[in-house]
Amino acid sequence: MYFRSKRNLIKKIKEGAIETTLFLSAVSSVFITISIVVVLSYESFGFFKEIPIIEFLTGTQWTPLFAEPKFGILPLVAGTLLITFIALMVALPLGLTGAIYLSEYAPHRFRETVKPILELLEAVPTVVYGYFALLFLTPILQKFIPDLPGFNALAPGIIIGIMIIPYVSSVSEDAMKAVPMHIREGSYAMGATRFQTAIKVIIPSAFSGIAAAFIMGISRAIGETMVVAIAAGMMPNFTANPLEPIQTLTSYIVQVSLGDVPHGTIEYKTIFVAGITLFLMTLILNIIGFWLRKRIREAY
Amino acid sequence: MEDIKKRIRIIKFLDYIFAIAGLLSTLVGLVLLFTLLIDLFIDGAPRLGYKFMTSFPSRFPEEAGILSAWVGTFLVMLVTAGAAVPLGIAAGIYLEEYAKKNWLTNIVEINISNLAGVPSIVYGLLALGLFVYFFNFGESILTGGLALALLILPIVIMATREAIRSIPNSIREASYALGATKWQTVQSHIIPYSTGGILTGIIIGLSRAIGETAPIITVGALTFIAFLPSSPITSEFPFISFKWLMDPFTVMPIQMFNWVSRPQAGFHVNAAAAGIILMVMTLLMNGLAIYIRYRFRKKIKW
Repeated sequence: MYFRSKRNLIKKIKEGAIETTLFLSAVSSVFITISIVVVLSYESFGFFKEIPIIEFLTGTQWTPLFAEPKFGILPLVAGTLLITFIALMVALPLGLTGAIYLSEYAPHRFRETVKPILELLEAVPTVVYGYFALLFLTPILQKFIPDLPGFNALAPGIIIGIMIIPYVSSVSEDAMKAVPMHIREGSYAMGATRFQTAIKVIIPSAFSGIAAAFIMGISRAIGETMVVAIAAGMMPNFTANPLEPIQTLTSYIVQVSLGDVPHGTIEYKTIFVAGITLFLMTLILNIIGFWLRKRIREAY
Repeated sequence: MEDIKKRIRIIKFLDYIFAIAGLLSTLVGLVLLFTLLIDLFIDGAPRLGYKFMTSFPSRFPEEAGILSAWVGTFLVMLVTAGAAVPLGIAAGIYLEEYAKKNWLTNIVEINISNLAGVPSIVYGLLALGLFVYFFNFGESILTGGLALALLILPIVIMATREAIRSIPNSIREASYALGATKWQTVQSHIIPYSTGGILTGIIIGLSRAIGETAPIITVGALTFIAFLPSSPITSEFPFISFKWLMDPFTVMPIQMFNWVSRPQAGFHVNAAAAGIILMVMTLLMNGLAIYIRYRFRKKIKW
């Protein structure tokens, strides 16, 4: 009796130790998020001690590396939003129409072959997309738009749009596939075509999923770095014109990191301030997207 | 009667048009992808060769090669895999087998979902502040590898969870019915059956990490290095050295970025060639992942 309970005790201790180790691994993800917030906030705090937050939020010139530095974040935010807008103009129509086709029209085998290949669009490294934007798309666009500069916002915007099509398409399609068959059948029984069913029945039912796809697409485009760093030029520019070079929050960080910026200077802190702006934007979008996707799973 | 027939004809026609539009939308992405890849291949094929793979970068495009870049990529991947794989699998196992449905688990899940959507450059900033300066690892292979490990951790965790979730409960219940503890069940049943899915997730994560440029630039990888990091294998006892972890380095996507950013057309050819190699690596790894997933699915019959 004594011998058996001692063996049980050792077993219990071992099980407990393993569970604790696994628990710590899971909780490490929380530590990563906390570290991101701490690192970004710490440096940004140092930045805002020297630069008033009003100038940061409303200034329309961003020239921290000049002799007379200006620290208005609006040009970078404008650049980010312009690129995102162009990308969504490409990705949303194509992604949504493609998703409707795959979910409502396409034969099963077509879907099975095409989906993995579409996912390949996501796997291409972003530097390669940047190469295309600069050396393939811009020359082609210059034939149609004669005054287009070599660095502009249009080419990277279009390329980023193509890059996020599978993203938008697969989330929308999952949402549409989750609509139960009997709702579709009810619509067909009334004599509706697939097009009418898709537009009037499926899309309204799957609306939160499609909105989630929309939000995920925005978040992905906002965070895109290399395509813009290669093809959009490195000029902060407070404009809505896609035919001009611009700089985004992300490509600014790349520009500074490539140079020689000593630790602790105000220029060093600017990249963290750009980073925290970026992080907050994508955090809000990601939380909304997560909540919307949870609703798809719960609705049915 | 005629009016109704006409309306039906119009609606059916719209349906047909939309089907065409849908088909085209699906194919547009694919056609574009193939066009771009063919263009890359045409641009870069002339430079590919043994000389390209074994030379250092240089001022002359014809002499420049990617030796330091692919060695750097290989070493950084060792660190990334070494950090992300154990941590990711352990976290995935905990969340699927051990976690209770309370608020803490919810926070962890939201966290992982959020981390998957954080822009890669923010991971670079985290690594800069935390690993380069706070822990004093410097601008080294260790820092780069850890930054990428954090980046792909959500991918590994989610793949592990998917793989474990697909195991039917009857297996677990049979194991507990025989008196096995939780860990014994995990060790003897859950892990072997989910290995295929986990491997797939790891390979996809690593193929993503190979192509990531932004976090590596932020932690300070150099763009022109004409030397290799110290070798992990030395000729004297104990035959394994860790000095390479702290060495400066560069990786393949950074080399491509550096060449694309130069105005001379000769370097653009190099960039295309480096891009071809990157694409080949990515496609091979993704293909391998899909193959492993297929093979494991065939072997296991519930």
